[in-house]
Amino acid sequence: MATNPMYQFNVYRIGPEIKLGDIDLSFTNASLFMVLSALTVLIIFKLGSKKNIIIPNKIQLLAELSYSFISKMISDTAGTKAKPYFSFIFSLFMFVLFCNMLGMIPYSFTVTSHIIVTFVLAAFIFIGVTIIGFLKHGLGYLKLFVPSGVPIVLLPLIVVIEIISYLSRPISLSVRLFANMMAGHTMMKVFGGFVVSLGIVGGWLPLSFSVALTGLEILVAFLQAYVFAILTCIYLNDALNLHH
Amino acid sequence: MFTKKTLFSITLYCTLVTTALSAESGGMPQLDPEFWFSQIFWLIFTFSLLFFILSKFILPNISSNLENRKSQILENIEKAEEQRQESEDKIKEFDKIIYNSKVQAKNILNEAKKKISEDINNKKKLLEDEINSEIKAVEIEINELRKRSPETINQIAISTSSDLLKQLIGADVNQSNISAIVEDLSKKEKGKYYGV
Repeated sequence: MATNPMYQFNVYRIGPEIKLGDIDLSFTNASLFMVLSALTVLIIFKLGSKKNIIIPNKIQLLAELSYSFISKMISDTAGTKAKPYFSFIFSLFMFVLFCNMLGMIPYSFTVTSHIIVTFVLAAFIFIGVTIIGFLKHGLGYLKLFVPSGVPIVLLPLIVVIEIISYLSRPISLSVRLFANMMAGHTMMKVFGGFVVSLGIVGGWLPLSFSVALTGLEILVAFLQAYVFAILTCIYLNDALNLHH
Repeated sequence: MFTKKTLFSITLYCTLVTTALSAESGGMPQLDPEFWFSQIFWLIFTFSLLFFILSKFILPNISSNLENRKSQILENIEKAEEQRQESEDKIKEFDKIIYNSKVQAKNILNEAKKKISEDINNKKKLLEDEINSEIKAVEIEINELRKRSPETINQIAISTSSDLLKQLIGADVNQSNISAIVEDLSKKEKGKYYGV
């Protein structure tokens, strides 16, 4: 059923079935695109870091601009203490960005349009940030839930709200990325379907919308990767510099 | 003609309908847990590999490249600044040399002028002295000549008058008498003939 707009999100096995006990670890189209994204990132940045020359060539300029872009983003949001986590945030941003971007190629698969992928990333970030917070501040990290300057009467309510908002971070982080990618791709598929069903007479309008949406989706692909990375920085900032 | 808003709402409605229909027929593939573990496994595998290679091999290279470039640029700027300073110093030195040589040239010129004027003065003085002494000598000679001239005139007068008398009278006249008369006359008429 190729006309079903959700069909593009189907995961299917490529190659033989790999089972570890009861768990199915088969190589799927999702795995393929994860590997492709990682490889693309590695190839681009390997080429961009090869030679030590004074005037960089194009690919080196790309790699260095990305490097300074992310390094600036981290230092702006999380300060200098976040320097050790640079490689992780860089990898995260690049991985999400290339998964999103490769998903923009027709007939490809968007890894980040699956809630389980984004949720695992978000949960890893959440757990990691919480561990960093407790390691840095001990039990003092719990002060994060007690904002300063709040009347004592309101404090129990505020603490509960803060805890809920803290615990919902991985959900909001993962659902934001997943929903954006899924909605965008579904919408494009629907417009593509309109082009086919309206034919050569009326198909031009949805086609032009499809073209415009492609541009928008490329923007969204970048923006969501950026938002994902910058929210990670903000959470990291909470853990590193306890402001309350 | 559709407006953008109505078109958007129609699409949204269609999306919702198709999504609902597809959910009915099989739902969102995202919520099917069949390949969840596979996805988690491959995500962890690829992402950790990516992270490992990036952080161990690639990012340090980029960072060192950036730092090298930065330090190189700083070094070059420093060098350029140094050279600029040097050239400024050279220009200052050059100006100084030119100024000094101008001063020296002026001094030499002044000295030469002084020397020449001194020389001229000396020569003038020498010449004047010579001229003066010559004038003096000539004056002395003239005075002597003037002093001596009445005597000679008197003698000439005496001898001529004695000769004349001899011719006239035919006899010698006392020489001393004649000289006395001539002397007397010349004394009387002195102012008349010599302007003394």
